[in-house]
Amino acid sequence: MSETAELRKTPLNAAHRAMGARMVDFGGWEMPVQYSGILDEHMAVRRGVGLFDVSHMGEIEVQGPEALALVNQVTTNNAAKLAVGQAHYSGLLYEHGGFADDILVHKVAEDSYFLCVNASNQDKDYEHIAAQNRWDCTVENAGGRYAQIAIQGPKALATLQKLTRTDLGLIRYYRFVDGEVSGGAARIARTGYTGEDGFEIYVAPELAEARWRELLEAGEEFGIKPCGLGARNTLRLEAGMALYGHEIDASITPLEAGLDWIVKFDKGDFTGRAALEKQRASGVQRRLTGFEMRGRGIGRDGYEVRVAGEACGWVTSGGPAPVLNKNIGMCYLPADKAAPGVAIEVIVRGQPVEAVTVPLPFYKRAK
Amino acid sequence: MNYPENFKYTKEHEWVSVEGDTGTVGITFHAQKELGDIVYVDLPKVGVAVETGKSFGSVESVKAVSDIYSPVTGEIVGVNSLLADAPEKLNEDPHGAAWLVKIKLANPAEVEGLLSAADYQAFIGG
Repeated sequence: MSETAELRKTPLNAAHRAMGARMVDFGGWEMPVQYSGILDEHMAVRRGVGLFDVSHMGEIEVQGPEALALVNQVTTNNAAKLAVGQAHYSGLLYEHGGFADDILVHKVAEDSYFLCVNASNQDKDYEHIAAQNRWDCTVENAGGRYAQIAIQGPKALATLQKLTRTDLGLIRYYRFVDGEVSGGAARIARTGYTGEDGFEIYVAPELAEARWRELLEAGEEFGIKPCGLGARNTLRLEAGMALYGHEIDASITPLEAGLDWIVKFDKGDFTGRAALEKQRASGVQRRLTGFEMRGRGIGRDGYEVRVAGEACGWVTSGGPAPVLNKNIGMCYLPADKAAPGVAIEVIVRGQPVEAVTVPLPFYKRAK
Repeated sequence: MNYPENFKYTKEHEWVSVEGDTGTVGITFHAQKELGDIVYVDLPKVGVAVETGKSFGSVESVKAVSDIYSPVTGEIVGVNSLLADAPEKLNEDPHGAAWLVKIKLANPAEVEGLLSAADYQAFIGG
């Protein structure tokens, strides 16, 4: 097959264009980066409700009597602990312990798991999982069968509830149901990537545009805003969440990324386990930490970080935190310097600017 | 959007308005729109020498940082203090209150080589 430069489009592409979104190339997908403006959209999600097209995300389905065995082989978290209708965050690792991807694992039935994976990793993830399928499972790269819409913010439940008979109040955090929205089949999960309460719904592509318009109408009284990937990024950064290609990639392990909690050494073998055990025994050399700028300027992805004048780390993500009214970021530092309260310098366009390490997350919603 | 007829423009999306031997410099409406929400403006101090086509500062939006290139050669004689505390003014009034710097022109004639309002609008396709 020949490579084509054509961007992949979600089923909502025409709707975004008609509504005046600014479109960009995001990992080979043509996606809205912003509608009314990143800060405006960010605040709508923190204070009311925002709507995101995340149909570029991939879905991989693992089915069969031994589905759990395959899922637990390829992921770091313990899928045996999931109840039907429950989801968790997990890591998909290479043998050497680095991330192939970070994913959500949903247990649909005893013999059926639904993995939500990053857009630009989906084909690679599928190959990675299929190659380890010693259990005769059915593994399907199913991204083309699903559109995904995220409804996020304190008014997300009130917005979505108008369109479904499913009692959303009964769906706890990181639980999901197969129900309906506006009478059309929908997988409704209480998950998200913003640090707010909210839902992510998975629907057939042909239903996506109708659901998008109905949700915008349903949320009108709460000041709903359609949001782009720009606000999705500032929201997840404020919430201290990792983004593949920034905080994590093939060269970074979960132990370095502060994601020890998704690694369950007591569950039996999994891909990457030996490498992580070795790293744990010999000591983790570098760790992810948050930082706040003290001087004027913003530390951006890739900028050098110095401690006591010595270059020893790099920024993974950085930007303004609209709710906190600070400039924040995440960076890797040697493990002994990655504790909160360490004075650091971020090299902003050739100039060292003072900053200090702080714990993650930066922002936590009031419960 | 109104691009003032008495301004001159660059392909890097700066404008300059000349009075006597002093040019007031800013970024265009189109530039601020492309950048999105502006959160930080880094400007030189009074007395700094600037050169045509060379960066003298930067404008930072939520998602990226962009250089500002001087449309003229000269010396900084004024800096807009409004922008230090209210960088968002650059989104609201880029051709007016949110000017960036004033430059004493070394060679006032060079301004003639810049784009007219009509040429600039043709350049940005609108």
